Amino acid sequence: MKNATAVSYEQLLNWLRLIDEGLMEQRGYLTELDAAVGDGDHGTNLARGGAASSAKVDAEQPEYVDDLFKLVGMTLVSSVGGASGPLYGTFFLRFATSAGHRQELSAEQFADALDAGVGGVVERGQAELGDKTMYDAMEPAVRAFRAGIRSGDLASAARAAADAAAEARDASAGLVARKGRASYLGDRSVGHVDPGAASTTLMFEALAEALA
Amino acid sequence: MKKLINGAEDVLAESLVGLAAAHPELRVDHGNRIVYRTEPKPHGTVAILSGGGSGHEPLHAGFVGFGMLDAAVCGEIFTSPTPDRILEAAKSIDTGAGVLQLVKNYTGDVMNFEMATELANELAEGIAIETVVIADDVAVEDSTFTAGRRGTGVTVLVEKIVGAAAEQGRDLADLAALARRVAGNGRSMGIALTSATLPASGKPNFELGDRDMEVGVGIHGEPGRRRVPLAPAREIAAMLVEPILADVDYIGAPAIVMLNGMGATPLIELYLMFGEVAALLEKAGIRVSRSLVGNYVTSLDMAGCSVTVLRADDELVGLWDAPVSTPALRWGQ
Repeated sequence: MKNATAVSYEQLLNWLRLIDEGLMEQRGYLTELDAAVGDGDHGTNLARGGAASSAKVDAEQPEYVDDLFKLVGMTLVSSVGGASGPLYGTFFLRFATSAGHRQELSAEQFADALDAGVGGVVERGQAELGDKTMYDAMEPAVRAFRAGIRSGDLASAARAAADAAAEARDASAGLVARKGRASYLGDRSVGHVDPGAASTTLMFEALAEALA
Repeated sequence: MKKLINGAEDVLAESLVGLAAAHPELRVDHGNRIVYRTEPKPHGTVAILSGGGSGHEPLHAGFVGFGMLDAAVCGEIFTSPTPDRILEAAKSIDTGAGVLQLVKNYTGDVMNFEMATELANELAEGIAIETVVIADDVAVEDSTFTAGRRGTGVTVLVEKIVGAAAEQGRDLADLAALARRVAGNGRSMGIALTSATLPASGKPNFELGDRDMEVGVGIHGEPGRRRVPLAPAREIAAMLVEPILADVDYIGAPAIVMLNGMGATPLIELYLMFGEVAALLEKAGIRVSRSLVGNYVTSLDMAGCSVTVLRADDELVGLWDAPVSTPALRWGQ
């Protein structure tokens, strides 16, 4: 039965599993987006990282939220490479630290952990809103989630977060890239959806499904 | 695609097997893809570490040895190595005097080396790590609207000069300052006649017409300043030299100049290009004190070249001349 006020350990595991599945399904799409503005390995790299972290979680079976996400973060850092490894790795490592040694997270604790994760991404990548990065999708998603839990339940908050991310992902096509490899293209990056905003949307779509 | 490979997935691993076989003076950790000197530095000497995506050979593994690097961490082709491997290399080469990381300015490289430093700071025993980021490619506008200039040819000069200084027993802060000084006074610009083909994809990593060239290309095939019809070498030399001279004042100082091949351009053309570059520099009143011509920072099988000019001084020229013994640079011993 779904818990309206707290995120269970099982739901968190399910979130990670759904991200992993989504990456396997969408790796071609993500790689295609990356080929247009970057070096065309975003989907492949993240899918490899997702598989590696699922395998680690299966093998080690951590029991607490912080141990789980620390394991995921470190595995992404050591298996994805490029810039997305450190960025998503940092997201989950900071998420773990904020979540703490617990077996479930209240809605507020979950929102705080998401905030901490996004803070880590900003620190690592030095991105600002509008730079055409994953942060463009993360920021509105987490904001929508926070607003959602104040006015409703976790399921609708997660749905709102995924919708906000998707909207930002689509809007990223209109932006000029100012970070990462795409920034070398300058104005020529306009018209292409940012691969990082797309993978972040996938992450929040998985969350909406896990908390539905 | 015609390449001397067995399987596309095994290119890096098998190349490191060959490197180890050819150079007993190097020790290769095949699991972590780290190349070390077989004979480590004396205790209390600062160790110099570099690394990055593979596909730019001899950079960086070919510069491991006396007078240059202590270790090179080899990422997959055109992909940064991960922090756990960088940390492993730093731990292995630290003799107690600290580690200087020389990092080319690419988003992935900068983040992975930064995370390695954070992990090192969490270790109980601790390693003093300094990082110098090299960003010398004048093709990229140096502004907040980009990821900043890319690290290219100057990396070789920094590794040589700082490596020589490290052998003298200088401390970490001193070496980091020296690396920043060299990086700050050197600029590069490259051109591609053809794209590179990655073994994994089997296709050229960007499209370039038979009669076109990409001016200001990056070493991973990043777009340059413009695409223009192929021109005589003399005109290409001017396209490369002018933006470099516009960025640094080279008058009144000895210059160290590198004419670097991108991987698939024969030496006869590289020397021809060096002749054109040297003539332009002389006309501009710049004294070429030392020069290096060959394939040093390549981009797999890309055809083309890059020019690097460093505003040096007597100290830097002295360090450049100091003995070096690596697979790719060897003199003075």
